[in-house]
Amino acid sequence: MIGSIAALGAGLSVIGAGIGIGQIGGKAVEGIARQPEAAAKIQTAMIIAAALVEGAALFGVVVSFLGLK
Amino acid sequence: MNPLVTPEIGLIFWTTVSFAVLFFLLAKFAWKPIMSAIDERERSIEDSLLKAEAAKEEMSRLTSENEALLKQARAERDVILHEAKKVKDQIISEAKEAAHTEGARMIELARVEINNQKAIAMADVKNQVASLSLEIAEKVLKQQLADQNKQDELVSQLLKEVKL
Amino acid sequence: MYKSSILKSKIFRGLQIFCVFLTLTAFLSPAFGQDKPTQEVEKGVEKKFEPSEVILEHIADSHYFHLGGEASFPLPVILYTNKGLEVFSSSQLEHGHTDYAGKYYTYRLVNDKVNVVGPANSLTESASVFKGSPVVDLSITRNVVSMFMSIIVLLIIFIAVASAYKKREGKAPKGLQSFMEPIIIFVRDDIARPNIGYKYQRFMPLLLTVFFFIWINNLIGLVPFFPGGSNLTGNIAVTLVLSVITLLMVNLNGNKHYWKHIFIPADVPVWIWPLWWVIELVGIISRPFALMIRLFANITAGHIIVLSLISLIFVFKSLYIAPVSVAFVVFMDVLELLVAALQAFIFTLLTALFIGTAIEEAHH
Repeated sequence: MIGSIAALGAGLSVIGAGIGIGQIGGKAVEGIARQPEAAAKIQTAMIIAAALVEGAALFGVVVSFLGLK
Repeated sequence: MNPLVTPEIGLIFWTTVSFAVLFFLLAKFAWKPIMSAIDERERSIEDSLLKAEAAKEEMSRLTSENEALLKQARAERDVILHEAKKVKDQIISEAKEAAHTEGARMIELARVEINNQKAIAMADVKNQVASLSLEIAEKVLKQQLADQNKQDELVSQLLKEVKL
Repeated sequence: MYKSSILKSKIFRGLQIFCVFLTLTAFLSPAFGQDKPTQEVEKGVEKKFEPSEVILEHIADSHYFHLGGEASFPLPVILYTNKGLEVFSSSQLEHGHTDYAGKYYTYRLVNDKVNVVGPANSLTESASVFKGSPVVDLSITRNVVSMFMSIIVLLIIFIAVASAYKKREGKAPKGLQSFMEPIIIFVRDDIARPNIGYKYQRFMPLLLTVFFFIWINNLIGLVPFFPGGSNLTGNIAVTLVLSVITLLMVNLNGNKHYWKHIFIPADVPVWIWPLWWVIELVGIISRPFALMIRLFANITAGHIIVLSLISLIFVFKSLYIAPVSVAFVVFMDVLELLVAALQAFIFTLLTALFIGTAIEEAHH
């Protein structure tokens, strides 16, 4: 039971991150399309932002790990 | 607590030790020579590029200098040619003038000589004519004045002609 | 047209090879999977296949190095007890089937963890970061062996590269050197220099070591058999150490401006300062903490996904699921190859970024 709830929690935390990373990726592509010469800078910024968002999601996943067992 | 999120002391210990050893060894024997070699090479490449640039500049400077020299030489040649032409013209004109004056002088001399000769000849002719006419006159007079009458008549005629 | 037909034929040939591979694995894996239950039936202990158990066993640390199937070789157990040091082979513990009477205590493996067997069969776990115990387990486990191997590989590679630089001074790189140089220059020009600034040179050794250590261990983790098979960078103890190194590097190198910003913030009323300090402290801790969790969770998640896909074959006990599952595993492995490099990059990049903010000069 706790395992299932933990899995649910992990899934929920992934939704938010999915939306966030989708937004970041989409905007980055838009930005690169608008200014192809700034592609490298946008990519770096995108990866950093994506890493931060993903970090939040991973916190959720890890907390659901804590509940596991 | 899930074992996945529980850090094990043994692994923490070994990771710390190994990472420290790895860091020390790599920093001393790998990163230092590698980074310095890369930096060194980049610097040498940059230097070479700068040198190449400088050489190129020097080259273009030399070329432009050469061109300038060539231009100058050409200009000098033109000047020299021009001057030579001028000198030539001058010489020719001088020679012409000299010839002219010489000719004129000679003509003048010739004229003077001719005049002199003419005068001399004229004088000679005059003398001869005078002496001849005197001779003739003498002969005529000798002949005519043999007769007294005729002498008187001539005298009278001469007297008539002289108007006082 | 001509080009595309070549492309198609290449793809087609690739597909053919892939199908042959799939069929082979499809024949092999269920055969392997079906053998076990029959043996167990014979023994009369029909055991239900528990994927989560298997997966956890694979991604956790172990006192044995599995070679494949039942074969594994024992690793030394080193115990630091309150009475002295104990060193013996894990073969003495026989996967927890027998107890080993050491010099000071008697030991037993429970869930691959060393426990002390006390009087009346009572068990005391070895010490963890949360709980003290008379015994501290400092064994050379599977992850430690794998880490030692990765370190040896790194040392061999980079000392060879360094000697190549010495030998071919000022010349163009060649061989291994030309493979490593762009990566080193990438770390320098895309990670260190833009994030740290002109003082980057001092941090290059650390960043390079962290980058290559994480990367090579991620890659070793992807290899499913002997030299690999461990889950080192997906172990929270390892990522903890790495992130503590980042924490120390950032805060020990923090300049006056950095500390002034934390303790004497400008434009903040004095009565808010205590709250500010708490927030800043949380910030200082949470950044490396996020680093730790990110690397751990990414690598572990990759391993869990791959193992789950493999487990599907055994869960369904079906021959036909194998090609699908193997295809997905291949896809995931390719993705993990990317993630291996990406996580090493992100860890190094964020470390550089934090160091950069700590040593940034005041600019007002």
